[in-house]
Amino acid sequence: MMMNHSLKSRYKVQPGTAVVGKWHNNQYTILKELGYGANGVVYLVKYGSRHAALKMSDNSMSITSEVNVLKSFAKVQGTSLGPSLLDVDDWQTGGTKVSFYVMEYIQGPDLLSFLLQKGKSWMPVVFLQLLNDLAQLHDNGWVFGDLKPENLIVTGPPPAVRCIDVGGTTIQGRAIKEFTEFYDRGYWGLGSRKAEPTYDLFACAMIMINTAYPNRFTKQTGGMAQLKAAIKQKQELLPYEKLILRALEGYYPSAKQMRDDLLEIVTNQTVAAQPKPSGGGSFQQSGNKSSTQYTQGNQKKKQTNVAKQPLSRQTYRKKKKKSSWKEFFIIAAILGALYGGYIFMKLL
Amino acid sequence: MHTGKIRQILLITDGCSNQGEDPIAMAALAKEQGITVNVIGVMEHDVIDEKGMTEIEGIAMSGGGVSQIVYAQQLSQTVQMVTRKAMNQTIQGVVNRELQQILGRSQSMEDLPPEKRGEVMEVVDELGETVELEVLVLVDTSASMKHKLPTVKEALLDLSLSLNARTGGNQFSVYAFPGKRNDVERLLDWTPNLQSLTSIFSKLTTGGITPTGPAIRAALSSFSEKRSLRSLLSDDDESFFEESV
Repeated sequence: MMMNHSLKSRYKVQPGTAVVGKWHNNQYTILKELGYGANGVVYLVKYGSRHAALKMSDNSMSITSEVNVLKSFAKVQGTSLGPSLLDVDDWQTGGTKVSFYVMEYIQGPDLLSFLLQKGKSWMPVVFLQLLNDLAQLHDNGWVFGDLKPENLIVTGPPPAVRCIDVGGTTIQGRAIKEFTEFYDRGYWGLGSRKAEPTYDLFACAMIMINTAYPNRFTKQTGGMAQLKAAIKQKQELLPYEKLILRALEGYYPSAKQMRDDLLEIVTNQTVAAQPKPSGGGSFQQSGNKSSTQYTQGNQKKKQTNVAKQPLSRQTYRKKKKKSSWKEFFIIAAILGALYGGYIFMKLL
Repeated sequence: MHTGKIRQILLITDGCSNQGEDPIAMAALAKEQGITVNVIGVMEHDVIDEKGMTEIEGIAMSGGGVSQIVYAQQLSQTVQMVTRKAMNQTIQGVVNRELQQILGRSQSMEDLPPEKRGEVMEVVDELGETVELEVLVLVDTSASMKHKLPTVKEALLDLSLSLNARTGGNQFSVYAFPGKRNDVERLLDWTPNLQSLTSIFSKLTTGGITPTGPAIRAALSSFSEKRSLRSLLSDDDESFFEESV
């Protein structure tokens, strides 16, 4: 992400500047810069007496494409996927034309800062909420794509996770538009960049790892081995080890199933007196139980394949054994018959 | 509207050309043939000098493509961003031309009200997902690039991972300049997958000169070679693709 903003010239708009839309004539007063994403800068603006967030970019295509995503979210009833869209327009300024859209201002710390402030006990809560949102997003045919703590704001009270920056949101089945290496399964060599629910769940698991490694880490050997080792090194990740590994493997076909497993870990943790060993043990049970439900899971398919192979090999061996006995008897019978004939001839 | 085929040259370099034709002229030649030239300038800790910078921007501008200066560590993501952005630019150009035919002259996507623009964008997105893409990668292997080559290899593998997630087909080819004997050397012939690059890159030797212009020219002939080979195979349906791009 860091290198992307230099691809387009960044617009430095001074606080106090009035942005007037060319088509709808609405006026927004810039208050301050909130941040910059891959495709533009986001400002806090004042519109009448309300505050709103305004994203502008010289790349009208990326603005239009994000607006399309937000519009389609608006059609989904009773959800809070992404910020709600308020206005789309162009701004003519000094010979250049800038495209912008105005959205609801979602205020709060990002996910990692929130957990740092409030403590680790909020971690499962936040992820249960996030998985719920992801499930809804996936049900509507989208994949978030660029899922990372910076794009997750915890608003409140009561604390609620909201996704901002829908720049990476992609229709399922297409290629992921935008991603950040650490959260991208392609970077770790653990899957494709096709927009599927499992892509988001991988990123979600990486965010869980990220909570224990605030500075992230870079690929050394890559692959599952490095990530597995990283989880093992952090005490606070151990209760979620199985869950994280499964999400990294693409085992969960839907966010709901991952959420169910997380919920089970959390409830077992609170019920059990000694959290760690019993938590891990009961999770294993729950895992086995649930694995029978997930008929679609890749892992399940693999498991059945593995289970089938040795079985068929055994029967093959058995068959082979049987046939070799048969062979032996037939040869012995023929030899016996020939020898019998030979003796009979000699006697004559 | 035909889906068409998008052809790009991706030049990865770290400085100025010093031999042969003017690379900016060669890039203009490519554009005339419907091939976009994108340039990525790779820096280490040092900054690319003014002259190199101007040349990189010049090549991309006359080649109708995108240029980007980047630190070696950030190469992977940049390579895929530049390729994708250039692809979208080309598609947008095609869509704009279609719009002009329907709506009259001087109408482009930007002139539409934002509401209408959304619908056109959906078409652009759809095309970006399904269009056939041919990328010829030109890697500068002059001496100063030597220790950046492993990163370049990683970035190219990453590019093929990104693009192969699309529904549309991809073809890649990789050339290095300067080559062992000639100005340019082919490392990899047209292939849908860059995996085979791993073994080739370790054997690369670096040379002193930077013949950027001749390299672009050789890349162009590789595109036309590909086309003529295809006509030999009597793949008739391919020919009309060229018109729309």
